[in-house]
Order: sequence, then structure tokens, then C-alpha cells
Amino acid sequence: MTYLGELPEWEEASNAEKMPQRDGAAVPAPEAGDGPAANGGEFAGAGEAPKFGAVSKPPSAPLVPSKTQAELEHKVTIRNLNFYYGESQALKNVSLPIYAKQVTAFIGPSGCGKSTLLRILNRMYDLYPNQRAEGEVLLDGVNILRREQDLNLLRARVGMVFQKPTPFPMTIHDNIAFGIKLYHKLPKSELRDRVESALKQAALWEEVKDKLHASGLSLSGGQQQRLCIARTVAIEPEVILLDEPCSALDPISTAKIEETIDELKQEYTIAIVTHNMQQAARVSDHTAFMYLGELIEFGDTAHLFTAPAKTQTQNYITGRFG
Amino acid sequence: MAIYDARRRRSKFFLGLCYVFVAVGLGWLALILGTLLIEGFRGLSPAVFTEMTPPPGAEGGLLNAIAGSLIMTAIGVIVGAPLGMLAGTYMAEYGRYSKLTVVVRFINDILLSAPSIVVGLFVYEVMVVSMGHFSALAGAMALAVIVLPVVVRTTEDMLLLVPHTLREAASALGMSRSIVIAKVAYRAARAGLITGVLLAIARISGETAPLLFTALNNQFFSADVFKPMASLPVVIFQFALSPYKEWQQLAWTGALLITLAVLALSITARALQTQRNAK
Repeated sequence: MTYLGELPEWEEASNAEKMPQRDGAAVPAPEAGDGPAANGGEFAGAGEAPKFGAVSKPPSAPLVPSKTQAELEHKVTIRNLNFYYGESQALKNVSLPIYAKQVTAFIGPSGCGKSTLLRILNRMYDLYPNQRAEGEVLLDGVNILRREQDLNLLRARVGMVFQKPTPFPMTIHDNIAFGIKLYHKLPKSELRDRVESALKQAALWEEVKDKLHASGLSLSGGQQQRLCIARTVAIEPEVILLDEPCSALDPISTAKIEETIDELKQEYTIAIVTHNMQQAARVSDHTAFMYLGELIEFGDTAHLFTAPAKTQTQNYITGRFG
Repeated sequence: MAIYDARRRRSKFFLGLCYVFVAVGLGWLALILGTLLIEGFRGLSPAVFTEMTPPPGAEGGLLNAIAGSLIMTAIGVIVGAPLGMLAGTYMAEYGRYSKLTVVVRFINDILLSAPSIVVGLFVYEVMVVSMGHFSALAGAMALAVIVLPVVVRTTEDMLLLVPHTLREAASALGMSRSIVIAKVAYRAARAGLITGVLLAIARISGETAPLLFTALNNQFFSADVFKPMASLPVVIFQFALSPYKEWQQLAWTGALLITLAVLALSITARALQTQRNAK
């Protein structure tokens, strides 16, 4: 049995089901109020492989948040959000804030609504008929669910990176320049600079600087995903949504992307959906646990992983169900 | 063991049958192509490309017919392909979930399998009768009507093959629907779209029936689209049925030219497809 972090996405889903046999039996579930040390230890055992240890921050890092949640500025406020795919309700009365310049992770078993929630934040669901959202999603205090919201402008402010890398069928340079050109008319040299700085932010520059005119499709999966991040960053959004950005990638690419996320949160508000709880613990400041369309628990990542308030959260993070 | 042996004998028998029928099928193809090649090449000479179709009993070429075919095919594709692409784009992109698309697809499939002689008669009624005379334009329109459903079909199919994640990714950058389609979806489906047009050209380059009632024929070179115009298929039709040796020879050569052109188009289309799959 491989450790969780290494599994590709399609195995990961089923892995969640296999986990009880592995973790549930071997590692006792932490009681609420268990010390952080006990849990930190468990994470190291279950998911932290040596490969990761070298590049990712230790799980103890978020244990000392600089600010408490009450002090943080809300970038997005979700209030009483309900979402429907035709007749079936996928989100039930979800309310939570997404804090400015922080990483908020959404975890939960497949089908719990976490990706759905993310796709509401840039109204991706609007591409499809029969999908509708009720409630309020305030971006800087303005409800983006209102009818007259300009979707293109919203998506320029709220960028998104998808589960599978989706480079456009054009050169690496054009992949990034394309988005910039939608909003700015720049001379060629300035465009190049913008492309370069976006690639640097996504930690891809060194690998592609000599082949900017090669096809974006010629890159490896991990590089393609970082190209997609660069493309998103290039148009300078305020919020970046990451929908399981590492699920199709190998551990080394995953580590690189996690580093990138760490860098990006200096400037951007980030929301990430992940199936990988170790990843949530590593990269996020806040974590929301969702189950069957409901928000079960939301809190400081360190706190949620070490001392979950709800039994369901505890069961999920210890692998008792999925 | 007896059951097993019986099964093995049966298997061998049917396998043998399969081989025989494959050989029969390919045999006919080989016979047709072989005859065409032998007869066609016999009459192939520079005169074919430089001289007009001759009067009965005289030597000549196919220049006016080749030119006519090229002109009418070009107009037919220029008219039919963009219309088809736009309709296909509507069906795959804007109207993907609408009932109208289902209706249009159904009607398009009927048009796709409509006998080309019906298309010819239709254009005859609409254009030739109202204009009062046969014209190359009417011929080109008849070809356009045949091109249309082919291109609609391939455009829709190829755009549906573009992964939805790519459209989402483009939309997520704040691109409007039209930019997503023009700059991302078309680009991703480019090889397939070109293949569709090439196949449509291949389809109409051998059509005779729709041209018989519309462009008719012309023994001389004409670039005037409002006059009757010669075309390879119609010339082949006329010459092949004639009792004159020279005409029959030219018919063989014309048939060879069409076959080679269609073959080239098909091979190009196949190559593009392979290239797309390799990506």
C-alpha cells in the first residue's frame, strides 16, 4: 500500500474507502482535545513521506497562526448557500468566510459538494443549464450571484485552476499572453515581461525559458499544471480557486505546486479543494470539512486536524469513513 | 472432446468463409481500380490538360471540364462550408442542450442521406427554372447543398470531442463565449474541422446527378458562372455512353483524374486525423 500523497486522483477516491482497514485499525482516532503532538505524529506516519518532508513545510507550521479568525478580513463571504443540479440539492445552507490572503482548504469525501462550492465562486456552473445557486456569495461585499453580475469580469477577478491540466493548444508563451491580451493592450516587450513574471510566480520559468514557443501540450503533466497556474496568475486575479490541482500529478510535481501555493498566498486569496488531507494540512491556513452537501466544520487548519469538534470530521480525517 | 472438435471445425469453416468474402470484396475493388488505371493511363497525355472537349470523332482534352469542376467545387465549398461550420458550431456550443439542436441534427441527417439527384432537382426548380437557363452557379449551389450536411456533421462531432475542461479553463480566464469558441475550441478541433471540409470536397467532386440538371455541360471553356459549364463527372457520363472511341477514352481518363483527386483528399484527411490523434 502506497502512502496517500503518492496516489493519483482516480485511486485516491477509492483509497478513501480503503483507509479504514489501514488507518482505522492501526492508529487510534484522536480524542477531541488530544495534543497536537499526537496528531502531528499521526500525519507524519500516514502521509508525510521523506520525499515530502524535504520540500513541504512541516505540519506544525500552521499551529501558530499569526491572527485568529476573528481578526482576519473576509475576501469572500458565503451565506446560506444552496445549490441544485436540476432537482437534486448538492449544497445545503452553507455559510462560511474565505479570508483574504489566506489559504482555505475544502476537504470531504467524493460527492460532498466541495468542488460544487468552488465552482460557485466564479459561477462556472453558469455554463450549464439546470444548475442554480440560492443564497449569497459576497465578493468584497458584493453579491456575485445576482443576475446582473458580469461573468467575464467576475472570472477575471476569481481565477481557477482545474483538476486536470488544461493548456490551450498553442505555444507556452501564447497560453499566458492570451489571457493578458483579453484585458490589456501591451507592446510585445511588456507582454513578454508579464509572461515571464507569471511563469516565475508559478515556478516554471527556469524549465521553459528556452522553449517559450514550444506547444503548451509538449510539457509534462506537472509543468502543464504550473502553466495553468501561471496563466491564471498572469491576469492578476484577487482570488485563485484550485480544484484538486495535484490529483493528476506525481509527488514531486505536487510538492512544487504546494510550494507555489505557499508563495502565492502572499498576494492572493486562495481556496483549494483536495482529496488529500495531508495536502490540506500542509498548505492551508483554514479548513472546511464538508459531508453530503453540508458544511460540517470550519476552522483553523491546525485546530481542525488536531482537535476536531465534530465526530464526523474526526472520523473522516482519521480515515474511518470516506 | 467431440464437442470441442465440432466447435473447432465450425470455427475453421466460418473463418475460411470470412477470408473468402474479404477476398471477393477486395477483388472487385482491385478489378475496378485496375481497369481504371489501365484504361485511364492509356489516354493520359498533356493534351488532356490543355485542350477542350472535342466534337465527336475528334481528338481533344478535358481542360474545360477540369476547370469547370474546380470552379464549381470551389464555389460550392465556399458557400456550403462556412454555413455548415456555423450551424455545427451552434449545435455543439450554443445550442448544445437545446431541443432545436436535436431537431436540426435529425433534419441534417436526412439531408446527409438524401439522394443527390433530389438535390439536383430541387436546385433546378429553384434556380434554373426561375433564371430561365442552366448555369454554373446553380451547379455550385447544388454542390453546396451536398457539402452543407457533411460539414455540419463533422463540425459538430469535432467540437463535441473538444474536452469540456478546456472550455471551462478558457471561461475561467474571463473569456467570452465567442472567444472561447473562436480561439480555443476551433484551435483544438482544427485538424478535424479541416478533415470535414476535405471529405466534403471529396464527396462532391464525383457528383454527377446534381450537375446534370443545373450546370448542364459546355463544350467550350467558360468562366462565366451564369452560363452552363462543363464538369468532369458530367463529361464522363456523356462521353462514356457515346459510341465514339475518342470520347470513351477521355471518359476513362477523366474518371482516373477524379479517382486520384479523391484518393489524395482522403489520404490528406487521414493524415490530419492521425496527426490529431498523435497529439
